[in-house]
Amino acid sequence: MKTWDWSYTGHVLPDLLRGLLVTLEATALGSVLAFLLGLVWALALRTPTRWVRWPVGAVVEFIRNTPLLVQLFFLFYVLPTAGITFSPLTTGVIGLGLHYSTYTAEVYRAGIDGVPVGQWEAATALSLPRRRTWIAVILPQAIRRVVPALGNYVIAMFKDTPMLAAITVLDMLKQAEEAGAESFRYTEPITVVGLLFVLIAYPTSLLMRALERRLGN
Amino acid sequence: MTTGLYELLFKGLWVTLQLTVFSAVLAALIAFAAGLARLSRFWIVRFVSGVYVEFFRGTSALVLMFWLFFALPLLGWQLAALWAGTLALGLSYGAYGSEVVRGAIRAVPAAQREAALALSFTPWQRMWLVILPQAVPEMVPPFCNLLIELLKGTALASVLGIGELAFGAQLVRLATGQSAQVYGIILVMYFVVAFLITRGMRLLERRAKASVGRVPQRDRTTAKRVPPGAVGPGVGTIGGGAR
Amino acid sequence: MATDIPHQTTSETTAGGELVRFEKVTKRFGATTVLDRLDFTVSQGKHVTLIGPSGSGKTTILRLLMTLLTPDDGRILVDGQPLDAEVRKKIGMVFQQFNLFPNMRVLRNVTEAPVHVLGLSKDEAVERAKGLLEMVGLGGKLDAYPTQLSGGQQQRVAIARALAMRPQVLLLDEVTSALDPELVAGVLDVLRDIARSTDITMLCVTHEMNFARDISDRVLMFDEGRVIESGPPEQIFGAPEHERTREFLSAVH
Repeated sequence: MKTWDWSYTGHVLPDLLRGLLVTLEATALGSVLAFLLGLVWALALRTPTRWVRWPVGAVVEFIRNTPLLVQLFFLFYVLPTAGITFSPLTTGVIGLGLHYSTYTAEVYRAGIDGVPVGQWEAATALSLPRRRTWIAVILPQAIRRVVPALGNYVIAMFKDTPMLAAITVLDMLKQAEEAGAESFRYTEPITVVGLLFVLIAYPTSLLMRALERRLGN
Repeated sequence: MTTGLYELLFKGLWVTLQLTVFSAVLAALIAFAAGLARLSRFWIVRFVSGVYVEFFRGTSALVLMFWLFFALPLLGWQLAALWAGTLALGLSYGAYGSEVVRGAIRAVPAAQREAALALSFTPWQRMWLVILPQAVPEMVPPFCNLLIELLKGTALASVLGIGELAFGAQLVRLATGQSAQVYGIILVMYFVVAFLITRGMRLLERRAKASVGRVPQRDRTTAKRVPPGAVGPGVGTIGGGAR
Repeated sequence: MATDIPHQTTSETTAGGELVRFEKVTKRFGATTVLDRLDFTVSQGKHVTLIGPSGSGKTTILRLLMTLLTPDDGRILVDGQPLDAEVRKKIGMVFQQFNLFPNMRVLRNVTEAPVHVLGLSKDEAVERAKGLLEMVGLGGKLDAYPTQLSGGQQQRVAIARALAMRPQVLLLDEVTSALDPELVAGVLDVLRDIARSTDITMLCVTHEMNFARDISDRVLMFDEGRVIESGPPEQIFGAPEHERTREFLSAVH
C-alpha cells in the first residue's frame, strides 16, 4: 500500500475547509434553535396544566431516545411528501436543533432548580408578576449557571454534524467522501477530517471546563 | 407493507441489538481500563490514557467509523463492516465511559481509602474490595444514559452498509416509498428498546445499591425539592389570584 | 428624614384599627400541627414581636402572611380583606438570608418591584430607591452587585427593597441571625429608626431580645403553635407569668 500522500492531501484540503464552513454553520444555527426550543420545552414542562406538560414530556422523551440519524431521514424524506420542502442544510439544522433541544431542556431544568428557593420567595414578597419573576429574576440566574453545560452540547452537536452528509449536505464528511470516491483514496481526506474535529472540539471543551470551574465557585 | 418487508425491519432490529451488545461490552472494558489508568500512580499511564480519552471524545463517532472502514484498509488492515462499526462505537463510548468510571471512583470518600490503608490492604485489594464496590452503583445511572446514546449511535453503522435497523428502513423505503410509515415504525422500535434499557438499568441500580447496604432513592426526580412558584398552582405562585 | 420613609394611611385603616387578623388559623406539616387554631390581631402602627423556641411556629406566621404557605384551616384578614395576591401588596418582608437578586445591581433590586408591580415610572422609582438607600446608609453603593456587599449591607438593601413598595405591614424574619455579630447593630439601628419615625406596622420574629424590648409595643410568646402569653415588653421580659416563658427567656439570655 502507498503511504501518506501529501500532495493529494494539499489537493483536497480546500474542499474539506469549505466543508468545515458548512459544518460550523450547521452547528451555529442548530445551537440557536436548540437553545430556544429547549427553553420552550423547559418552561412548558413547568406549566400547571397537565395537558401541556404530559404531551411535551412525551415528545421530548421520544426525540431524546431515538437516533438523530433516523430523525434526519424522517425529516428529509417525509416532510416533502407533506408538501414542505427545505434545502438539505435547513433540514439538517432543524434535525440537529430539535434533537439537541431535548438535552438543553434538561440543562435548563437543572439550572432553574438550582436557583435558590429564597429568590422565588423574595419575588413573591415583592408581588412581582409571574412573568416578571421569570424574566428578571429566575432565568438570568439559571442561564448563567448553565452556560458550560450548553457549551458542551454545542460541542456534541458539532461532532454529530457529519450525519448531515447522509442527507446530502456538503459538510466536511461529504466532501471527504466525494474526494475519496473520485480518487479511490479515502485515507487522507478522512484522517484530516477526524483531526480537524479533534483540533476544534478539544480546545473548545477545555474552554468549557475552565468556564465551569469559574462559574462553579 | 408486506410481511416480507416487516421481516426485513425485524432482521435489522436484531442486528442493531447485536451491534449494541458487542460495542457495549467493548466500551465497558475500555471504560474501566482507561478510567483506572487515568487514576494511576504513574504519570505515563495517566498521560497515555488521557490522550486516548481526549482524542476519542474529541472526534466524531461517524468520522471514526468511516476512518476504520475506508482509511484503515489502505494502511493495510481490512475490517469487516460489522467490526469496524463495533470498534468505532466501542472506542468512542469507551472514552466517555472512562470519565464515568473515573468520576465515580474519585467520588468515594478519601476516608474509605485511608481506612483500607490502615488495614494494610494492598493497592489492588483497596480498589477491588473497598473502592469499586462503592463506586459501581454510582456508575449505573450515567452508564444507562451512555448505553442509550450507544444504541442511538448504532444507526450510524447504516452508512457502512451494515444491515441494522436504519439500513433496513432505507431498503424498505426504497421498495415502498412509504417513508413516513417506515421511519415512524423504526423510531418507535428504537424508543421501545431504549425504554427497556432504562427499566433494566433501574432494576440493576436498585440491586447494586442494596448490595452495598444503601437504600435506593425511589425516584430522583420526585425526591427533589421544588421551589414554590416553580411548578403548578401550589403555594407561593405569583399572580395566581385569591387563595 | 421622616419624609423619606414610607408610610401609607388609607381611608379604611384608621390609626389604631386592626390591620392583621388571624382567626382560628391551623397549619400542619404532615403529622405535626405547627399552628393550632391561632387567634391574634395586630393593630395599625403597632410593632409586635413574636418570640419562642424554634419550631414553635413563629416563622410559619410570617410565611402564611406572605402567601408562601396557605393555612389548612381558619382565615387571615389583612386590612379587613381576606389575604390574596392583591392584598399581599400591602405587606413587605425582609428575610433571614436577605434573598437579594444577585443578577441585579443594588439600585435595580430596589426599583424592580415598584416599576413592575406598582407601575411607577422609572424616574419615580429611582428617586424613591435612592432616598431609601440613603436612609439605610448605602447611598454610595447604588451600582454594586449584592455579592460585593457585606451581609449587613445586603440586609439593609433588603430593608430598602421592602420599604420601596410602601407596605402597611413589614414582616421581619430573624433578620439578623445570618449576620456576623459585628454587623448586627447597623441593621438593628436602621430598623429602630424606621420603627420610631414611621407609623408602619411591624411584625417581627427575632432572637434579639434587647431589640424586641426596644421596639415592641407588644410581645407574643409562642409555644407549640399557640400564643401562651402576650403583653407589653416590660411585662413579658420583666415579669413573665408563664413557666415556659421564664424557661425560654433564661435560656436565650
